[in-house]
Amino acid sequence: MKINFKLYASLGQYLPANAENHQIKLDVVEGVTPAQLLQQQGVPEAEVHLVLINGVFIPPSERDTPLLEGDELAVWPAVAGG
Amino acid sequence: MGWQKKILRVNLTNGTCTAEPLNMEWAADYLGQRGLGSKYLVEEVDPKVDPLSPDNKLIFATGPLTGTPASTGARYSVITKGALTGAIACSNSGGYFGAELKFAGWDMIIFEGKAPKPVYLYIQDDKAELISADEIWGKSVWDADKYLHAKHQDPQLKISAIGRSGEEGVMYACIVNDLHRAAGRSGVGTVMGSKNLKAVAVRGTKGVSVKDPVRFMQTVGEKKQILAENPVTGQGLPTYGTQVLMNVVNEVGALPTHNAKSVQFDGASDISGEAMHEPRGSEGKANLVTNQACFGCTIACGRVARVDKDHYTVKNRPEYWGASGGLEYENAWSLGADCGVNDLDALTFANFICNEQGFDPITFGATMAAAMELYEMGVITDEDTGGVKLNFGSAEALTSMAELVGKGEGFGKILGLGSKRLCEKYGHPDLSMSVKGQEFPAYDPRGIQGMGLTYATSNRGACHLRSYTVASEILGIPEKTDPLVTEGKAGLVKAFQDATAAVDSSGLCVFTTFAWTLEDFYPQIDAACDGEWTLERLAHMGERIWNMERQFNLAAGFTAKDDTLPKRLLTEAAATGPAKGKVSGLDKMLPEYYELRGWSVDGVPTPDTLQNLGLS
Repeated sequence: MKINFKLYASLGQYLPANAENHQIKLDVVEGVTPAQLLQQQGVPEAEVHLVLINGVFIPPSERDTPLLEGDELAVWPAVAGG
Repeated sequence: MGWQKKILRVNLTNGTCTAEPLNMEWAADYLGQRGLGSKYLVEEVDPKVDPLSPDNKLIFATGPLTGTPASTGARYSVITKGALTGAIACSNSGGYFGAELKFAGWDMIIFEGKAPKPVYLYIQDDKAELISADEIWGKSVWDADKYLHAKHQDPQLKISAIGRSGEEGVMYACIVNDLHRAAGRSGVGTVMGSKNLKAVAVRGTKGVSVKDPVRFMQTVGEKKQILAENPVTGQGLPTYGTQVLMNVVNEVGALPTHNAKSVQFDGASDISGEAMHEPRGSEGKANLVTNQACFGCTIACGRVARVDKDHYTVKNRPEYWGASGGLEYENAWSLGADCGVNDLDALTFANFICNEQGFDPITFGATMAAAMELYEMGVITDEDTGGVKLNFGSAEALTSMAELVGKGEGFGKILGLGSKRLCEKYGHPDLSMSVKGQEFPAYDPRGIQGMGLTYATSNRGACHLRSYTVASEILGIPEKTDPLVTEGKAGLVKAFQDATAAVDSSGLCVFTTFAWTLEDFYPQIDAACDGEWTLERLAHMGERIWNMERQFNLAAGFTAKDDTLPKRLLTEAAATGPAKGKVSGLDKMLPEYYELRGWSVDGVPTPDTLQNLGLS
């Protein structure tokens, strides 16, 4: 299945080279979870802070729930502004 | 200690500068900066005064920790009755001016009256004098700054000034210090212009004493360590600045776009903090040149940026080729997403003009967005705009109008009214995205429910800095709450409002609160200031300040009916993103908020509440 994978701020360095605009469409296996995908892509767990699926916050305890076809997974390190 | 215990009263009508002792009884109850400056305003100004009359006063106030070695001890606030809003205004700025004022030996300057001719105030330690501003009236902030440095032959002079927009009566003029830091909102620069006061130039050579120097240095050292080790204040903010939020807020579906007609912007990535790092244009260099710190700051979130020399805005205009104050998130949103413009360098240029001529980019961008909607409706015409096509997405319209507002010329005169007056003028008041006359910033209350209550109840008109619940609802600081629900938000907003009022009275920056709580503030204040400063005292003081500001606004004529939001946010549901189908649930939060505040159902503090806070 396909999902849209987005890494922002300092996590952008872990995106594949052919990513554009901080994101890339990935073919992933059915049942893959956000935690697994981030590990596969080499994103250090300690740098992962804000995880959104389709714009909705996913707390650490729910990052083992499988992704679904067409999901938008967006991840940031600890950031803030104002 | 902490305080210099001295204020400078400047009567512009008479041309006198007089030193007065700081009222230490008030300092014990209101600390400094926002709280203490507001106390002076409330005591000395009739709430019903016309903001632009000589009877209004303009107060520059530092906090007790301004100019000390505490991290972020740079802040000062300008307090007055706001030109844009008619409400109590308090605009907070960083840079180096505030600390210099403190070094000169002053906690506060109170300007009253109106100068018969344009003047500037020149302070060298204890000496203060009003000098003719004939040579700089009509000049930009940047030209005035250059002139004053040259005239006084002092590169260390710190200058706070208005630009042409403030002279021309643009209703949201700023007071800009150190070229690109600003007391930005509510039209405090318009009030300054109405008094024929062009600038304040200050040089100080004194130190700031603290109560217990050994304990103070040890405490501020420990607190700096917390900032350094926190991933947000130690890494995130210095690297990406506030602009890192552009993609976050777009992703959560709370980025007001096209005058808040929608909540997500296709071009968000193009104008984001990440985009500022990427090589661009013919130069192969990034928009961002470096980050920058204000006085004493160990976070250094400020952006310094350059416009590509080949960009249409600066071609053959070398005066704009240098590095200057870059985009912060709020400005990138207002000039960008809200106007539908995704040209990063155009936004940077427009932001330069806001700094150069001294006007608030949040209100300017939001007013442009309202004008663009009215133009696309056919209400504003080419005849009105002088032939400029004000379509959403037009970078050329944005930058050309920024230049006109800066000079107060052409259609810029109309845009200079702010969105409320502009939309009323064209018969569509509901299209102004403002509360109490001030435009809301970069968070859509349909997607971040707490911000709806924040905007509706902010004492200075819609504002994110009065209770930044985004920290909790989106970023999980200090703990994550659901942005799409209204439950619990009344208490969250009240807690943020009271704590922020205390922080804003200290002389330190609210951005420290991404790592600190009031638990980290009070030991620093207690080591610096006379008396015993506890967590409870600070929290109680924050609530006192909030209620004092509320009382001023009620006396000025505001009522509970003004604690509302633009109709669009209450009736037009978000069309995309997680908030799809939602409007702001303000009606569910406001009654609970009044109750938690100890206010009547009409939003008036009860006698018991006032007595409890020492405001009877």
